[in-house]
Amino acid sequence: MKLSYYPGCSLEGTALDYDQSVREICEKLDIDLVDIPDWNCCGASSAHMTDHEVGMRLPMRNLLLAYEAGHDILVPCAACFQRLKAADKTLRENPGFWDIGVYDPAFDILHISSFLADSDTGAKISSKVSKALDGLKIACYYGCLSLRNPRITDAPNWEMPDNLERIVTAVGASPVAWSHRTECCSGSLTMARPDIAEKLVEDITVAAKRAGADALVTDCPMCQANVESRQQLGTEEKGLPVFFATELIAAAMSGTYPVKQQKSHLVSAAVLTDVMAETAMRKEGAV
Amino acid sequence: MDNACISPGERNQKFLKKLKARNVDVHACYQCGRCSSGCPIGDFFDLNVMEVVRLAAYGQEERLLNSHTIWLCAACETCGTRCPNDIEIPVLMDVLRELALRKGVKPAEPRIPAFHGSFLGSISRWGRAWEIGMIANYKVKSGDLMGDMKLGMDMFLKGKLKLLPHSIEGKAEIREIFSGKGKEYDR
Repeated sequence: MKLSYYPGCSLEGTALDYDQSVREICEKLDIDLVDIPDWNCCGASSAHMTDHEVGMRLPMRNLLLAYEAGHDILVPCAACFQRLKAADKTLRENPGFWDIGVYDPAFDILHISSFLADSDTGAKISSKVSKALDGLKIACYYGCLSLRNPRITDAPNWEMPDNLERIVTAVGASPVAWSHRTECCSGSLTMARPDIAEKLVEDITVAAKRAGADALVTDCPMCQANVESRQQLGTEEKGLPVFFATELIAAAMSGTYPVKQQKSHLVSAAVLTDVMAETAMRKEGAV
Repeated sequence: MDNACISPGERNQKFLKKLKARNVDVHACYQCGRCSSGCPIGDFFDLNVMEVVRLAAYGQEERLLNSHTIWLCAACETCGTRCPNDIEIPVLMDVLRELALRKGVKPAEPRIPAFHGSFLGSISRWGRAWEIGMIANYKVKSGDLMGDMKLGMDMFLKGKLKLLPHSIEGKAEIREIFSGKGKEYDR
């Protein structure tokens, strides 16, 4: 299976490890990722927030590049996904307004977790798990932009999504029921108003801890960076690491959680290391 | 919000026309308040979301452009998603921010448009975002020189900030986009 791949800027920088895990698991699932040649930043969210033309034309260039290749487009970043979807819908409605003659591509734009959680791919992931993440209690955190507005994203269950829960279950971990799955973490304000980000992140992590979660899992690089970096922890307090869904899949499939990957977290990722070690010990005991 | 009367004559018709062109039907609001109640940043706003929609319907552009709310809105799309009348409130916020910048209105939250400017500056230059360059530019623009120094260092040491930008081949196209393509038609 061949897919066009739009990594987006975060996956070249703050979320470089997200990119690596996406590529790793796609290879194992026999999915051939073809990077959109010479892709540019989609502008999320500053462009559309302050300049309609720029906010439309930046993602548009990527869509036209992918149009030539014709494959469905896989997007790991929730913000990029939402911008590409918005531009795609606007262009289909009125290509002439945007100086395009014909725009009628057959491709779908896929956000990574809806793609990985579909029943076939989910079953394939389960069958390739070499170390199930038994006992890891996970709060699945979606944030905003893979879901809202459903008029843009086509997300079927925007208030009660379950893609991440399905993925987490496929690798043997246990999703917890909790309150803040689709709340905003204010990633777009985190640099200019860290005080607001700290408050929203606190609400989210307190809710996850209340539900008994050991960690959060997300599919948005902005949420991952923001929720890990804005936790205000006392000396005795344990933070909640935020894993990428693909990071968990890669660990469960390969049976290893490399030190380099552990160290990419700003909050200790020991909980996953421990679960991996326990699973290994149980396996040895059984033999 | 104060209780002063707003007469129909004070409506900014150009502003209302602009909203119509962007399919933002502010007149469909019946003030149920779902937008305000679900807003994650609402605690920090000077005008709540429903007040923004109402003031927009009254054509009160100036009050809106001077508000903190338009800058603090994080574009999470909760309000527009839950609006029973499908009012595109996030687009309304986009229009207000763009108007404020085009008109040179002094922003109530200057650091936020400074951040947007630094981010877009990075893209217009390289075609992709380059965090270190963007952060340095933002620090100078906002005057917030010391904030997040430790976090920045932590991220750098973890290899999360790349030293050099990636420059795309199609930079001429990106330059064209940033030089105002489409705006020749006054939109």
